Amino acid sequence: MHINTFDHYQTRNSLIHRLDPRVKVVVTVLLILSNVILPDGAWLAFALTWGMLLFCSLFARISPRFLITRSFVALPFAFAAVTAIFTIPGQAVFEFNISSWHLTASDAGLIRFFSILIRGWISVQMAILLTASTPFPDLVHALRHLRIPDIIVATISFMYRYLFVLSDETVRLLRAREARSASLTGKRKRGGSIRWRARVAGSMAGQLFLRSYERSERIYNAMLARGYRGTLMTLNPHEMQPKDWALGVIALVMLVIIQIVGRNYSG
Amino acid sequence: MLPTLPLLRPDALHIPDGFLNLTVAIIFWILTVIFIGVAVRKTRGQFGERQIPLMGVMAAFIFAAQMINFPVAGGTSGHLLGGALAAIVLGPWAGMLVMTTVVGVQALIFQDGGLVVMGANIFNMGLLTALIGYGLYRGVQGRSRKARLTIAGVAAWLSVVAGALLTAFQLWLSGTSALRVVFPAMLGVHVIIGVGEALITVAALAFIWQTRPDLLTEEEPKGGRGWIFGGVLISLAVVLISPLASAFPDGLERVAMNVGFIGTGLDAPFEILPDYTLPFLGETGMSTILAGIVGMVVVAGLALGVMWLLRRPAQAES
Repeated sequence: MHINTFDHYQTRNSLIHRLDPRVKVVVTVLLILSNVILPDGAWLAFALTWGMLLFCSLFARISPRFLITRSFVALPFAFAAVTAIFTIPGQAVFEFNISSWHLTASDAGLIRFFSILIRGWISVQMAILLTASTPFPDLVHALRHLRIPDIIVATISFMYRYLFVLSDETVRLLRAREARSASLTGKRKRGGSIRWRARVAGSMAGQLFLRSYERSERIYNAMLARGYRGTLMTLNPHEMQPKDWALGVIALVMLVIIQIVGRNYSG
Repeated sequence: MLPTLPLLRPDALHIPDGFLNLTVAIIFWILTVIFIGVAVRKTRGQFGERQIPLMGVMAAFIFAAQMINFPVAGGTSGHLLGGALAAIVLGPWAGMLVMTTVVGVQALIFQDGGLVVMGANIFNMGLLTALIGYGLYRGVQGRSRKARLTIAGVAAWLSVVAGALLTAFQLWLSGTSALRVVFPAMLGVHVIIGVGEALITVAALAFIWQTRPDLLTEEEPKGGRGWIFGGVLISLAVVLISPLASAFPDGLERVAMNVGFIGTGLDAPFEILPDYTLPFLGETGMSTILAGIVGMVVVAGLALGVMWLLRRPAQAES
């Protein structure tokens, strides 16, 4: 499996890409926070936020289409908010029956539903832009500078390194199972009972665990052989430049404007 | 049950940003940070210098193991979440850290779950599952293989159900979903998903037992006996609350409103609508509360009975 299989980093040479990862992480989190605290129905503020996001993505030379297509990962969760349409009291907008249920959609409910949906949709695009414009190792580095405990940062960077190796291992296990569970064409049912199938899957998980465990021992030995003393070191200093500060401040000002707009012009 | 179909994946627990309000998100960030802080301190020295490579690779393992599925009826498939398994094989604190890493990376790389709500996601999928998984398992540590596997299965099942219930509660407290819909939906789906989790966890442990028994039968348990207390307490809470909340969601909403819990949210709709009344509530609130108490006693008795039954073979065999 190639190292880029999971990573959605888009290699470009842009202002956003060269920005210090710390600034990007903090600004992304603040933007999402701002989104969360915007009142329901603050359409203008939502539009402003999205505009700002589009602007950034153009600057990063990442097409908005990429953001939008990838943003559908969060879509299934929209179902969780559907109930808001019918349970929040307000002016009835439309009503219909599903078998024995009588459902009435209220205006307040619809406003809430679409607000939640838009909030989630813009937020996920921001997170996508962050990962698309920052190589993951840099992102992890930013976490270290942002005072996330060393052990977690080191674990994340290790996990990232072996994600591909172990996913490959899993794909091989899955392929082996596939190869061994033959079925007649046209017959959809194959394999034994659910319990049996679960046991096969469980044995695979156990197998994967042991391989991983033993691999971690080999890795540790290899690290020892190369002079590991319990901490990971880096050659990348990551220093904040004036332009990093400047862009961070600009983003903050934008956020304040968005909040003011959101609180004064909500629908 | 159409709306719950997409929820038939473990992803259903990865809450995206925007679906929880700030208050709920912050409360769970605080809880998560406290747990992680303790876990960082407690795991220091557990594995020595080996710790970082071991935990990193184990996190990658959980991530990869979540890809392993097995077909269940109707095009759905059983998956592993892995919190209970991680806690049982690595110990509770290390398991929590590993799961934290997994959830964090899923959010950072794949946008599977949001950033501001990550505290809640880590808590639901990583901390709660590890606590229940290890807590129940610790209670039978040193007993027969069969007892340990049985309890591991029960713990794995409960951990998934608990994670789902907490997710439902968070969505409700944020004013995103109506409790009387989201609670039974999440419960119904994860009661089934949990069976897959339990089966895989038990089979994986049985496999490890056969090939590397030394990893599971260590002399010194990885956590103190306090875990039993925590695990049993939370499991009991889950077992008690689920039927209660499914049967009387309106009562629960009423109580929450009376206490003023809903409305703490900055943008909870209930605050804007003070005359919010519950048409489904019976004539008096009193009858609901009484029924709730009766139900609770019945369920508590059932739960204790089941726990007692599950423990007996363990004592008989050892």
